[in-house]
Amino acid sequence: MDREKLKREIVALLRRNARMSDQEIADRLGSTASTVAGLIQELERDGVIMGYSAIVNEQSDNGEVRAIIEVEVRPERDTGFDIVAERLAKFPEVQSVYLVSGRYDLRLEVAGHSLQEIASFVSGKLAPQDGVKSTATYFLLKKYKEAGVQFSKDEKHERLKIVP
Amino acid sequence: MSDSKSCHKSWVAQHIADLPRSGIRDFFELVNTMDEVISLGIGEPDFATPWHIREAAIYALNRGYTSYTSNLGDLRLRKGICAYAKENFGVSYRPDQECIVTVGVSEGLDILLRAVLNPGDEVLYHEPCYVSYAPTIRMTHAVPVPVRTEAKNDFVVDVADLEAKLTPRTRVLLLNYPNNPTGAGLDWAAKKSLAAFACRHDLLVISDEIYEEVNYDVRTPSLASLPGMQERTVLLNGMSKAFAMTGFRIGYACGPAAIIEAMMKVHQYSMLCASSIAQAAALEALQNGAREREEMRREYEQRRNVMVKRLNDMGLTCFMPRGAFYVFPSIVSSGLDSTTFARRLLQEKHVAVVPGPAFGASGEGHVRCAYATALEDIERAMARIKEFLQELKST
Repeated sequence: MDREKLKREIVALLRRNARMSDQEIADRLGSTASTVAGLIQELERDGVIMGYSAIVNEQSDNGEVRAIIEVEVRPERDTGFDIVAERLAKFPEVQSVYLVSGRYDLRLEVAGHSLQEIASFVSGKLAPQDGVKSTATYFLLKKYKEAGVQFSKDEKHERLKIVP
Repeated sequence: MSDSKSCHKSWVAQHIADLPRSGIRDFFELVNTMDEVISLGIGEPDFATPWHIREAAIYALNRGYTSYTSNLGDLRLRKGICAYAKENFGVSYRPDQECIVTVGVSEGLDILLRAVLNPGDEVLYHEPCYVSYAPTIRMTHAVPVPVRTEAKNDFVVDVADLEAKLTPRTRVLLLNYPNNPTGAGLDWAAKKSLAAFACRHDLLVISDEIYEEVNYDVRTPSLASLPGMQERTVLLNGMSKAFAMTGFRIGYACGPAAIIEAMMKVHQYSMLCASSIAQAAALEALQNGAREREEMRREYEQRRNVMVKRLNDMGLTCFMPRGAFYVFPSIVSSGLDSTTFARRLLQEKHVAVVPGPAFGASGEGHVRCAYATALEDIERAMARIKEFLQELKST
């Protein structure tokens, strides 16, 4: 397998399970652990892999509140949406920022310890930003699926133990 | 009152009574008495059927699509099959005459053999092979003629060995590549030489290609696409392996109109038609299932890499399978025969593999390990097999 293909396969595996060991990746792809480790370092250095995180099924009582915020932005000459987006991304409350097509421009995911905290972030920090025309906040009530992982598992069906 | 013990008369037909009990049966019963078994003996996908396909079955129920279909199968599905065959296997068939939907490939093979064989006709096929071939041939009162395949040829049947078994009664050549249980596959050159053999001796070719899409090789067109072959080849395939739809029981046969017509006669009297609901799901799979099919294929490929490496590292040698989801390692280095190996591995380490002779006498010296099982279970099973081998050596 050539290096570029191997890199793509590695990224596909890490997207599914970022804790997969170099050895398992190597065994799956018919490579060696040291080759895989080297390629992962390259992917990290080149900014293809930006980080690793866990997919967590938060309990409602763990004190974290999340919201999706739609932001309508007045684009600037030359830089478009980038300046505003980069500025909003700097806030630690902001977990993700996407420029999207459709009715509004930026889609933010924001985390805080309470409804109050998020509300004051929106009214105190987000809405008054230069270039922000309007916002709409949606508090997340229940998570069913994230990053390709469905949280309610299908009942495991027993297969026959021997099938010719 | 009847007493079965005093009943001297057997109601069972002689040729059925003469069928050997499946070699897998006793082993299956032994496995069922045990707990905590990691089974590498399961010849079906471990994935649930992709959701959009299940959803299509639900939709079929919702809109009351629950009647009989045409004996040949719903025309929309047959059109879907023919389009799929053209795109994926490189052969064109007419949906109205050259395609029939069956209840799995098992039924497809059964009605095909019944449609073409006269009593006493001989069918050449390669062993080790799927367990139903010899019995299904016998049930038509025809004669199964197995031809050995060898690990040294990566279990590809040798044309010279086929030539040696030819008689004036030989009528059919039955092929199954990618192969259950060995994982063998045919490259283009092998397909050409088998096609030439079939043409030379004017044989009908039945090509059971149920594992065709679970293929790790450079894909080549079907045997049926070679010159002189389409008119003498019936291609059998189905939804079970490629789309993880074993329980839906949908297969299909594509071939010359006269043979499909004859198969339809048997099918209409014995089966009438395949499940309408499952046919609706099958059409969805063929039209929109490529992505999931490819994802599953890649997962199998990676598991294969792991299993082949582990087995070879512990001295159970095997070649790199070209298709299907089986590895067929030699267990000769253990000093045990296949059946003893499988039984003791099960009893001592709670790992189930299928003894090679279940797939024909030439499977002796091998066991079949399926990798249609989660990789973590494969790793646990491999560790246990390694322990088993070490304990064998030290006693």
